[in-house]
Amino acid sequence: MTENVSLGMPRLPAPAYPAEVRARLTEDAREIIARYPDSRSALLPMLHLVQSEEGHVTRTGMAFCAETLGLTTAEVTAVATFYTMYRRKPSGDYQVGVCTNTLCAVMGGDAIFEELKQHLAVGNNETTDDGKITLEHIECNAACDFAPVVMVNWEFFDNQTPASAKQLVDDLRAGRTVEPTRGAPLCTFKETARILAGFPDERPGAVEATGGAGPASLVGLRLAKGEQPHHRIVHPRGETSGQEGE
Amino acid sequence: MTLAAEIDNSSPEKLLAPVLSAFWDQPDSWTLATYERHEGYQGLKRALAMSPDDLIAYVKESGLRGRGGAGFPTGMKWQFIPQGDGKPHYLVVNADESEPGTCKDIPLLFANPHSLIEGMIIACYAIRSEHAFIYLRGEVVPVLRRLHEAVREAYAAGYLGRNILGSGLNLELTVHAGAGAYICGEETALLDSLEGRRGQPRLRPPFPAVAGLYACPTVVNNVESIASVPAILNRGKEWFTSMGSEKSPGFTLYSLSGHVASPGQYEAPLGITLRQLLDMSGGMRPGHRLKFWTPGGSSTPMFTDEHLDVPLDYEGVGAAGSMLGTKALQCFDETTCVVRAVTRWTEFYAHESCGKCTPCREGTYWLVQLLRDIEAGRGQLSDLDKLNDIADNINGKSFCALGDGAASPIFSSLKYFRAEYEQHITGRACPFDPAKSTAWADNHKEVTA
Repeated sequence: MTENVSLGMPRLPAPAYPAEVRARLTEDAREIIARYPDSRSALLPMLHLVQSEEGHVTRTGMAFCAETLGLTTAEVTAVATFYTMYRRKPSGDYQVGVCTNTLCAVMGGDAIFEELKQHLAVGNNETTDDGKITLEHIECNAACDFAPVVMVNWEFFDNQTPASAKQLVDDLRAGRTVEPTRGAPLCTFKETARILAGFPDERPGAVEATGGAGPASLVGLRLAKGEQPHHRIVHPRGETSGQEGE
Repeated sequence: MTLAAEIDNSSPEKLLAPVLSAFWDQPDSWTLATYERHEGYQGLKRALAMSPDDLIAYVKESGLRGRGGAGFPTGMKWQFIPQGDGKPHYLVVNADESEPGTCKDIPLLFANPHSLIEGMIIACYAIRSEHAFIYLRGEVVPVLRRLHEAVREAYAAGYLGRNILGSGLNLELTVHAGAGAYICGEETALLDSLEGRRGQPRLRPPFPAVAGLYACPTVVNNVESIASVPAILNRGKEWFTSMGSEKSPGFTLYSLSGHVASPGQYEAPLGITLRQLLDMSGGMRPGHRLKFWTPGGSSTPMFTDEHLDVPLDYEGVGAAGSMLGTKALQCFDETTCVVRAVTRWTEFYAHESCGKCTPCREGTYWLVQLLRDIEAGRGQLSDLDKLNDIADNINGKSFCALGDGAASPIFSSLKYFRAEYEQHITGRACPFDPAKSTAWADNHKEVTA
C-alpha cells in the first residue's frame, strides 16, 4: 500500500532544458525580473512562462525558476502547488472550464459540466485521449451576468447551454475555428500561458476582438439612455408556451 | 404625453447615473483615443495642478469609499502613508475580482481600462509613489490583453514614465497576472502573492500603509475605487456628493445576476434599491418570484424579498443586517434550493481557504461534510445547531475575512430558511428539481408544448 502513496513532490534531479530553450527562457526571465523592484516577485509570471514552454509546470521548469531567482526548489514548489492555474501534469491544448460556483451552477453550469463529462468520457481535471481537451470545473470567473459561463483557455464563452457546450468541444476537437463571446480567437494553452507571463498578445486583431463590452455589460447604460431593453420587445418566456419558438 | 412627463422619478434615466460605464457602447471604448474623447485624463491634469496633500484632502472630502467590499474611505487610506520616511511607496490595485457573484471590475477593465490607469497616476502623485502594480486575477486573459495595450498606450502618450505631463512625476506601472487563488483578493495575501509567495494573509498590525509591499508603505485599493477618482477630480467633489447619501456619496456599479429578466451592469447613485433596479429592468424572469439574494457577493449575509426596499448603500445594507460588499446582486427565484446554494458556496470557501489558520481551514471542511449530508437527505436535526456552532467558531476567529465570509451564508440562510433545511432532513431528500432553476428551464417548456 504505502509504496503507492505520492506526495506530489518533484523527483530530483530534474532533467535540464535543451540549451536553446534555456537560452530563450533566460532572456524572457530577465525581462520579467526587470519589471519588479525585488526579483522574487517574478516567480508567478515565471511559473506561467515555464508552463508556456511545456504545457504544465514540470520539475525542470521549477528548477529553472529556483536557479534563476536564487530560491530553493522547495520554495518554488510551495508556490507552484498553491495556485490552481499551474498544472502539475501534461494536459490538453484547450482547457475547458465550466463554472460550477453557486450562481452558474444553479443557472445550468452543473448540467453543462455533467453533459461534458459524459460526452467527452472524462472526469474533472482529465484530458481526452486525443490530447485536445482538459475538462475541469472552475470557480466564479466574474461573469455572473453572463451565466452559465464556460472558459476555454481563459477566454469567455458566455450564456452557454449543454448543447452549445457540446458543440464547442466538438469544434475544438475537430480543429474548427472557435471564437469566444468575449476575448480573442483561441490560441493554445501554451500561448495563453505566455500572455499570462506578461508578454502581450502580438496577433493582429487580438486586443480589439469582440468589441468593447458584452451585451449584459451595456444593459444599464442603454436603460439610462432611454433605449428600451431587448426583453421588453419579445414575448415573456412564461407566456409563450404553446407557440413556436423564434 | 411629452417625453419629460414620461421621465418621472422612477424612470431609469433618473435613477441610473452612468459614469465609468458612460461610453462602453462607443466604438473601441478601451482605447486611449476614445477615452480622451470622453474627457479622459482631464482629471489628472487637475490633480497635477494641486499639491499632493491638497489632493489627498480633496479625495477625502469627496467621501469616496472603497468599492471592493469593506467601504473604507479611499482618501484616508492615502493619508495613512507616512511622508518623508525615505522609503519607496507603492500603489497596488486589487483586480483579483473573485468573490462569488462579483462581476464589475472585469467588464470595467475590459471596456474602459484607462479610467483605472488615470486614477492610478493620480493616486501615485498623491501618495508619492513611483511604482504601481495592477494585480489582475489570471483567469481573465481578454482583460489582461486590454490592460497590456492600455499601459502601452499610456506610456507612449507620456501619461506613464518619466516627468509625466511635465509635472516632474515619474511612474512605472506593472501589470501582474495572478495564478488562481481567491484568497489573493485579501489585501495582505495579495501582497505576499505579489512578492512571489503563497497567497496567505499577514497578521496585522503592521498594516500595509506602514509595512506593505517589500515592507514599504503601500496603498491597496480596489479597481472601481481608483477608477472613480478621475471623474471626481474632473467634475468636482460637489458633483460627486450630490449623488448618494452623506455617508455613502457618489455612484457605483451594481451587478444584477441570476434569475432576473435583464442581468447586467447598472451604474447608479449609492442608495438605489433592488426593487427599483428590478422594476426598471423587467423584474425577475417571467412567472417567477424572488426568493433570496446577496447584496454584495456570497460573503455578505443573504436577503429575501422582505429586503427589496433596503437602500443599497453602506449604512442601509448594514442596518438591515448585511454588507454592501461588492454590490453583486445575485438573485435566486423560488425554484432554487437554498441548501444547495449554501453548500456550493461553502465548498468554495473550503477549497479556497489558504490553510494558514485553524478555524477556517478545519471549520469550512466540517461545514461541507454536514451540508452535503443535509442536502442529500442524510442529515439530522441536531446538525443545524452544529452548523451554526461551527460557523460561530469561524466567524471573527479567523485570520482574515475569508472565514467571516464563509460563516455569512450559513448564519443568514439558517435565519431565513431554517424550515427548508428541516424539510431536507425530515423528508430525507432535497425537495427541489435543479432542472427548473436553469436558464433554459422555461424555454424547454415552449419546445415540448
